[in-house]
Amino acid sequence: MWVFLATEVMFFGGLFTAYIIYRNFYLSAFEAGSRLLNVKIGAANTAVLLCSSLTMALGVRAAQLGKKKLLVTFLVLTLLLGLAFIGIKLGLEWRHDYLEGFAPGVNWTFHGPDWRHLELFFCFYFFLTGIHALHMLIGVGILTTLIIMAGRGRFSPQRYNPVEVSGLYWHFVDIVWIFLYPLLYLIGGRY
Amino acid sequence: MVGHVVHKKLYFLVFAGLIGLTALTTGVAFIDLGKWNTLAALAIAVCKASLVVLFFMHLRWSSGLMRMVLLAAFVWFAILVALTLSDEFTRQWTPVPSSWEAQIHQTIR
Repeated sequence: MWVFLATEVMFFGGLFTAYIIYRNFYLSAFEAGSRLLNVKIGAANTAVLLCSSLTMALGVRAAQLGKKKLLVTFLVLTLLLGLAFIGIKLGLEWRHDYLEGFAPGVNWTFHGPDWRHLELFFCFYFFLTGIHALHMLIGVGILTTLIIMAGRGRFSPQRYNPVEVSGLYWHFVDIVWIFLYPLLYLIGGRY
Repeated sequence: MVGHVVHKKLYFLVFAGLIGLTALTTGVAFIDLGKWNTLAALAIAVCKASLVVLFFMHLRWSSGLMRMVLLAAFVWFAILVALTLSDEFTRQWTPVPSSWEAQIHQTIR
């Protein structure tokens, strides 16, 4: 799993590097774009995702100790928090950006100065958060499988590796967001 | 194969730290620090990621091989960023030699 996560670092790393380069090219447009994102929702979603990481870690602990009921509870909690994150992202943020006319290629109505570069920022924003949301969806699938397996009593203190490894994946997706949040929402300057 | 079982308290402590750092990084973004804003945001993000990796992902109690894999991932990422940026930032340093420009004009003509 760690090796797979290393390839994931490469994957997101390439995207981050591209973002850094274009941010340097069109700094003012990227800063303006960053200020258009809702920092309150971003911060709230960060908290939601960190909570889900906590419940996942506690779930792995429950599996280590062989507490089946506790394990299922924590996995369900993690699943719900993950779904909440995706819900906030899609239902609130993306919907809002779309309605405001900041969705490149779909609904773009802003034609002020530098609008091409602003569009590029939103391309990055949708692609980075979209790929992240896709990873969350995969995580939701993994968690659902784990919950079913745990319900059937497939895990024991001797055999809980699937839980541990899925936990690693979930935490990794959390880490990606830990970097996305400041890069997209914060470093444009909010003052 | 029971790995290291971490005390519940430690997880909650790490979680509190993560939430605290999120509040801090959000707060710092509202203060004008010039170029230090970006640095502060990234430094805090690295701290948060380290907390998750060390405690939630148990790297603190993992074998050297696991650490090696993660280290390798970040070293490669650092190479990617460093080489790309050094290319990008130094392109304008040297002007195109005048003899080359003459050649270009000749070819176009």
